[in-house]
Amino acid sequence: MASSIGIQVLVRLKAGVLDVQGKTIQSSLQGAFPDHVIDHVRVGKLIEMEVEASSQEEAIEKARILCEQILVNPVIESFEIKPLL
Amino acid sequence: MKVGVTVFPGSNCDQDVLHAYKNVVGYDAVPLWHAEPDLKDCDLIVVPGGFSYGDYLRTGALARLSPVMSRVKEFADAGGPVLGICNGFQILCEAGLLPGVLLQNVGMRFLSRFVHVRIEQVDTPFTSRYESGEIVTAPIAHFEGNYFADAETLQSLKDNKQVVFYYCSSDGVVDPDCRQTNPNGSLEAIGGVCNRQRNVVGLMPHPERVVEELVGAIGVAQGLKMFRQQVESN
Repeated sequence: MASSIGIQVLVRLKAGVLDVQGKTIQSSLQGAFPDHVIDHVRVGKLIEMEVEASSQEEAIEKARILCEQILVNPVIESFEIKPLL
Repeated sequence: MKVGVTVFPGSNCDQDVLHAYKNVVGYDAVPLWHAEPDLKDCDLIVVPGGFSYGDYLRTGALARLSPVMSRVKEFADAGGPVLGICNGFQILCEAGLLPGVLLQNVGMRFLSRFVHVRIEQVDTPFTSRYESGEIVTAPIAHFEGNYFADAETLQSLKDNKQVVFYYCSSDGVVDPDCRQTNPNGSLEAIGGVCNRQRNVVGLMPHPERVVEELVGAIGVAQGLKMFRQQVESN
């Protein structure tokens, strides 16, 4: 029986892709907290949704298709799908 | 010659492109509403600038899903000429019609100013009226214009002569590290590319804003040739 299954997608910029937002945040953090050593700040995205499916595996598979088709640009991003508990 | 200009929620350069074609060049030009999968028998398509779908998710990403874009993709795959300007360039990259992607500007600032671009390839439907190496001065207005492609894609772009525009100085010098001449930090100072078949072209600067001498950067309507050549070349 199909039901709504919560899914969480984490989208990250791939290593080597310049993250200007991350750099700017890092620079501001470092300025505000000079005693902390802060490095490699990277900013990603969290997308949550409910997917109608008959099992968690099916929901994850459906979410994977959405990621590959639109939610993620494989040129610059990678993704990770988790069930929302 | 009938030109179609796509209109998405958030497009804001569509009227400028329609004006360039209708009132300056003198072609028939019509808007193509995003929700209608109909190119209205147009011979040439322009995807104009703006902030389609609020730039949500990624710039250009959501426009790609619209009904009109599925027709644009078929049109491009069949060899039809398609030009993407600014957000239109971003949309064509997201739609897989052009290689690469546009990242945020390196300086984390919206850039609204004139730039110089050197025209490298004159065998596309939109650059055939220019001389190879000709320098065009046109405005940019974007937050995400930092062209990026992985090493393999970059190599194939070069091998296939797909880099159509490089940002450059007023005398044509290309220096990717110079923030004056390559202000958004684009990889190798790439300002615009074409697909392998050469019928799809995208660029970040706005040629439609320099089609009349009154508003040209140096009193010359240097963008005009990008819109004017098609009748002869087709």
